[in-house]
Amino acid sequence: MDYTDIKSSFRKNKIGLVGIGILACLIIASIITASIIPVDTYQQWNNPASWTELPKSAQPIWINWISEKKMPEHQILEAPQTILKKGSSESIVIQRFQVNYDSDYFPGEFLLNYKSTYSGSPVLQISIVRPDNITLELLSSSLPYSEQKTYYTDKIFSTNESIRKNLKLQLDKFPYQIESTNAKEIIFADKNNQVLKGNYEFIITVHGTDMIDSKLILGGKVFGLAGTDELRRDLAIGLLWGTPVALFIGVIVAIGSVVSGLVFGVYAGYKGGRTDESMMRLNDVIYALPALPFLIILSVTTSNSIFLMIGFLMIFGWVGVAKVSRSMALQIKTRQFVDAAKTMGQKDSKIIFRHIIPQIMPYALASIAISVPAAITTEAGLSFLGLGDPTYPTWGQILHDAKSHGAAARGLWWWIMPPGIMIAITGLAFVFIGNSLESTVNPKLRR
Amino acid sequence: MGLKQYFAKRAIILFGVLMATLLLTILLVGSNMDAILKKGIAIQVRAEIVENKKIVSGFASTDELNQYISDQIGKRAKVLGLDEPWYSPNRIGLAIYKILILDFGHSTFLTSDSGSTAVGDIILEKLPRTILLFTTATVIISIIGIFVGAISGSKIGSKTDKITSSFAIISSSFPVWWVGLLMIFAFAFWYAIFPARATPTIPPTDPGYIGALLYHMTLPIITIVMIGFGTWAYLVRNFMAGIMQEDFIFVKKTIGIKRKKIIFGSALRNAAPPIVTILALSLSGSLGGAIITEAVFDWPGMGRLYFEAITLMDLPVIIGATYVLTVFFLVSIFVSDLLYGYLDPRIRTG
Repeated sequence: MDYTDIKSSFRKNKIGLVGIGILACLIIASIITASIIPVDTYQQWNNPASWTELPKSAQPIWINWISEKKMPEHQILEAPQTILKKGSSESIVIQRFQVNYDSDYFPGEFLLNYKSTYSGSPVLQISIVRPDNITLELLSSSLPYSEQKTYYTDKIFSTNESIRKNLKLQLDKFPYQIESTNAKEIIFADKNNQVLKGNYEFIITVHGTDMIDSKLILGGKVFGLAGTDELRRDLAIGLLWGTPVALFIGVIVAIGSVVSGLVFGVYAGYKGGRTDESMMRLNDVIYALPALPFLIILSVTTSNSIFLMIGFLMIFGWVGVAKVSRSMALQIKTRQFVDAAKTMGQKDSKIIFRHIIPQIMPYALASIAISVPAAITTEAGLSFLGLGDPTYPTWGQILHDAKSHGAAARGLWWWIMPPGIMIAITGLAFVFIGNSLESTVNPKLRR
Repeated sequence: MGLKQYFAKRAIILFGVLMATLLLTILLVGSNMDAILKKGIAIQVRAEIVENKKIVSGFASTDELNQYISDQIGKRAKVLGLDEPWYSPNRIGLAIYKILILDFGHSTFLTSDSGSTAVGDIILEKLPRTILLFTTATVIISIIGIFVGAISGSKIGSKTDKITSSFAIISSSFPVWWVGLLMIFAFAFWYAIFPARATPTIPPTDPGYIGALLYHMTLPIITIVMIGFGTWAYLVRNFMAGIMQEDFIFVKKTIGIKRKKIIFGSALRNAAPPIVTILALSLSGSLGGAIITEAVFDWPGMGRLYFEAITLMDLPVIIGATYVLTVFFLVSIFVSDLLYGYLDPRIRTG
């Protein structure tokens, strides 16, 4: 059976084509990820400092598309309209943030993050214009005095005590009674003490400097396509970057272990006799080793580098292939063309690589495809136990974090489901391809 | 080669494999073991000096005291045989000999629930729990799997067959532990039917303990069976598919023997040898528990013991558990060899 036959009968196999389709999607997703999402965000995955602006355990944003009540979206407003008024005595900077608030619930806390360069003692004012045109003065505070030009950065939280006091004094601006004493609930309240939807405007005014840069973070309960975890990380980034990493691990381990198993088995089978016997005993030893415990011992005692783990997975992966390819080689070496090559005086290595291995190649391809999912699940399992490489976060590590934060018992489904589904989909793609390849190359399974 | 010789040879090979596994484990963890033991001795000596002021007052200078401490550490290390490097043939030989006579020594950190530090006690305490959960699950899986597989294998291409095969392929790509997490989410959080942790909270002496244990076991057992039986059914189906095409089945069909009797009588009996082999291997494999599944369900069996031992680097426990598991695995290979010879006459007659 040659390769054009395999190709044409593979094309007729629907399941195989589905597998190829899924795999193509995963590869496209990996390419898009690698080109769009900066590698830096991925490398900072385990650095809590780089995720402080995101919400804690926020659900994915598409929850709002399917549920009736809209949950507040986490918004990070970075580019405000800035007006600079240079007066003769002092300059004023005004920054305006427009927020269209249409959630059915009150937002989480909000915070203003600002940087300024100044000398003297500038005054910073925050006010807010509500959709019903009521203007509330939230805060008026002076930045610390400095004689020289200085750089200052700080955060103002909505839980700030002076904001609460200021709002309390302005309750008579409302035409109706406000019951809450909480800043965010006063700012966003309507006459029933529910949420007033519409356009809000946050106005930041600074007297006495011409340089301020601010960022307004309006805390919410939904964020991004995959939500965030307890450590405020954007799960979409982890899931997307996990794809190329998982494909890399799976494919490299599968190719490495199948190729080495193939060469080992064919050599043993072709040589026969004592060589065969001793090589197969080595095979027995590795077969009897409890693989998962040994993988764990190895990664605990050596290092948790992902490349080492790939190597260890290969060590335990080649055994089965070696057994099968040995028995195949035993059959093939009795064929006439091998005898012919021998009588022509060809070297053993040439006979093995030119005449025997090409015959087993279709089987090898099928086993490569079939062993990819095992490699991916084993890596995911090790990472799940907390033995993963922290520099390359994987789906298993996301699940490990989910488990250690009790995500299942707390109902944080968006933290548990997607990584597992990704593992399963990737596995399925290769299982589909492998099974249909096997049934095309193995006449016994063809019906 | 006669049958007896064949088995004798197999037994020798398997024993060699066992020794090789043991040697490999010792080689892997040996260097760490020494470092940890030496640290332990140093802490012990210092603690004794702090407790016993008389020793301290007997020394003129701190140098003398330090000299005394290092002497003490050296003496105790010699008693434990730590003066030789861990890779010296003497020590490795001694370690292997001790394990062969089932003297596993004492653990460094872990203890059994009753407080014993003997590795043998710890393993004996965890093993029954693992058998209770995983071996039970394996038995259920194999019964369902053989039944479903035999039915779908008897009629390839039928609806049952298609459903079984696709279920087998799909379920095998899901990691069991992930499905476990989902099950906890669904049945312990969403519908609070089962407890999330698989360990009962009441003490073992309580009369309701067995009931509580069974109740806590339900979720993990359902999970393991659900994910596991598809693969079994698929394997049995493939064995059956070959046998159902044999002539003797056609003959039985034509002389009008009932379908059920053909499937479960003749066909399944002929498919028995490979099935028994797989059964033996998976039963022995189940004794090791499943490190990751036990971690998910918080089941206090062998898998969790293993994981705890590895994270704490409690080396006597690691070595002891590896040895016990490998022994079980090799014995089951040997037993399945024996059974194969018994069930398949072609091997008996050589």
